[in-house]
Amino acid sequence: MKIILSFLALLSVAASVQVAQANDLASEVAELRQSLSQLQQDYESRISDLEGRLARAEQLASGAKRDASEAFEIAEQTAIDQSSGSAAANTFNPSLGATLSARYANIDQSWEDIPGFLPAGEIGNGESGFTLGEVEFNLKANVDDRYFGNVTFAIHDDGGETEVELEEAWLQTTGLPAGITLTGGRFFSAAGYLNGFHRHADDFADRPLPYQAFYGGQYLVDGIQARWIARTALLFELGGELNWGGGFPASANDETTPGARTLFAKLGGDVGNSNSWQLGVSWVSADAVERGSGHHDDGANVATFTGDSDLAAVDLVWKWAPNGNAGQRSLKVQGEYFSRSESGGFDGLEYDGDQSGWYVQGIWKFMPRWRLGLRHDVVDADNSPLLAGTELEDPGRSSSRDSLMFDWSPSEYSRLRLQYTNDRVLAEADQQWMLQYIMSIGAHGAHAF
Amino acid sequence: MRTVAVMFLALLAPLSAGAIDVFSCEPEWGALASELAGDLAELTIATTAFQDPHRLQAKPSLIAAIRKADLVVCTGADLEIGWLPLLLRRAGNSAIQAGNPGHFMAADYVRKLEMPKIIDRSQGDIHPQGNPHVHLDPRNMRRIADALAQRLAEIDPANAANYKSRLADFQRRWAASTAEWEERKMGLAGLRVASHHRSFSYLAAWLDLNIVATLESKPGIPPSGAQLAALLEQLSPHPPVAVIRTPYENEKPSSWLSGRLGIPAIVLPYTIGGDQKVTNLFTLFEESLRALEVASQ
Repeated sequence: MKIILSFLALLSVAASVQVAQANDLASEVAELRQSLSQLQQDYESRISDLEGRLARAEQLASGAKRDASEAFEIAEQTAIDQSSGSAAANTFNPSLGATLSARYANIDQSWEDIPGFLPAGEIGNGESGFTLGEVEFNLKANVDDRYFGNVTFAIHDDGGETEVELEEAWLQTTGLPAGITLTGGRFFSAAGYLNGFHRHADDFADRPLPYQAFYGGQYLVDGIQARWIARTALLFELGGELNWGGGFPASANDETTPGARTLFAKLGGDVGNSNSWQLGVSWVSADAVERGSGHHDDGANVATFTGDSDLAAVDLVWKWAPNGNAGQRSLKVQGEYFSRSESGGFDGLEYDGDQSGWYVQGIWKFMPRWRLGLRHDVVDADNSPLLAGTELEDPGRSSSRDSLMFDWSPSEYSRLRLQYTNDRVLAEADQQWMLQYIMSIGAHGAHAF
Repeated sequence: MRTVAVMFLALLAPLSAGAIDVFSCEPEWGALASELAGDLAELTIATTAFQDPHRLQAKPSLIAAIRKADLVVCTGADLEIGWLPLLLRRAGNSAIQAGNPGHFMAADYVRKLEMPKIIDRSQGDIHPQGNPHVHLDPRNMRRIADALAQRLAEIDPANAANYKSRLADFQRRWAASTAEWEERKMGLAGLRVASHHRSFSYLAAWLDLNIVATLESKPGIPPSGAQLAALLEQLSPHPPVAVIRTPYENEKPSSWLSGRLGIPAIVLPYTIGGDQKVTNLFTLFEESLRALEVASQ
């Protein structure tokens, strides 16, 4: 019994030990599980923390990248703005340019009148020796969004006295639609091809004879001009001018009606890439009232003309350059023909005269900087025999010249020119030489056709 | 005779309206306008690749063309100073005057290089607003395309959506091509070349080319024999790989110098039509890169 009891006791001890052992194991497993899940949670939270930080870092990086590219854009835009305009106080100054010219000439026979003609203005072939040309100042700018303004004045020395002459002072519309442009003030008439250019832009040292005889060198209009360009592929332009001023061949009349009227038309275009051309016709009709000659305005014995003066002219310009690139070689041929009919009274006599004149010239740019030019110009007067003995006596012959010029332009702004002229304006021919410089300073000039 | 008369009348007949009329001073802007506007624009291009855009004249055909333009697209930065102001004044056309939407100057939208420190004619025919040859950097073209598309939409609001989608399409193709060209930059970086005029400064800046000399000692002034001889002496010890010039520049100075140095004289296309293969902006860069790559080998 005792043995059984002790055995049972032993058994129960063993069982309890076993139970205890089993209990221990279970708790250990639970502990392990717990720590494992702890670990898992720990890692998960650390991973999600890391992921968050990574996302934040990525966000920061892309933000920084965006900032950098924005900063680059701003810097670039600032640079663009800075290199695209200036805000200096003189920004509104008009463009200002001056042209300086002078010549050295060898002339035996000077003339201030062409036989059979009595023009005013600046004509003649000048004197021998060194002569300072006029200093020409030009100011131009947009007035506002509607007008463009241009002023040119010339300063020259006249027998020791400095004279200032207003060459141009005009306003022009920029804001009109439909191809219309209005100009008002004093301007170069659009009648004749060469008339629209300043003399310093000429290809020879002096204007061709018909310009001297019919326009007094250059026809200036004090009044208004209207021009209209058609909406066509070729240039087709029509225009008219009213002149109240005294620019030869007009004469100031102090009346409400203009003393001279102009009509002109221009047609122009290209032939292929290499050729460009322009054809012009014009008509100037002046009612002259006691029109005198510019060279006799010192008062003594001025013979004047009163009557109608009608001048019709046609001009043609043809320019060629290989592929239209005039940088290396180019050829320019131009010619103008003028026909004038005047009738009225001259110096108390009845006067009826027909005069004509033309010139043709070619300019050959044979290499960069160098040009060679040839010109023939002629005028012819057929005045009524009644004027025999007066300044308008029919000379019975035409006046003509042949000129050869050679010039060198190291830049767009400077030009040196040598010109030889066989001058047959007076009865006896004269061989003349001229050396000329023309320089421009200031604003870049425009290249009109 | 009768055919001639009919042709003449046809030239004088009023032109049909409809598409917007775009006058572009240089072929590159014509090409860009064509990318962005396609058939919506009728194009006049004032110059070819063989004409110097500095030295054109306000010739009759251009006066007729600008008179009917709705939009003028030019370089600006004084490149066309010798002729564009005169054309604008002669046009009788208010829409294209400066300050109006019809007046678009591409160089206003990019950063100019070579801003002169001394603005004086003794320095040659300098541009106070910096080098105007801006189109030879594709990054500039990207900016100008944005601005031009916006301008087209402003002038022709009815087709605004069309310009926007054309721009997006162009920019996508342009970005892809630019990326491809930029991969080829490595092979050209540091390439030493001499250039006739400063016509390629933007191309050089983009490709990191090294323009070791310009043949014109002063911009716009043709180099004299003495200047070229001095340049030859300067370059002889370490000659560049090539002399580059545009199609419109005088070939004599560069062929003289390249002959003495024993290096090729290359005409880069410079703009559309400068080479037969160059028909648009993409082929312009493609052919320019190819010509330089050939020179670098």
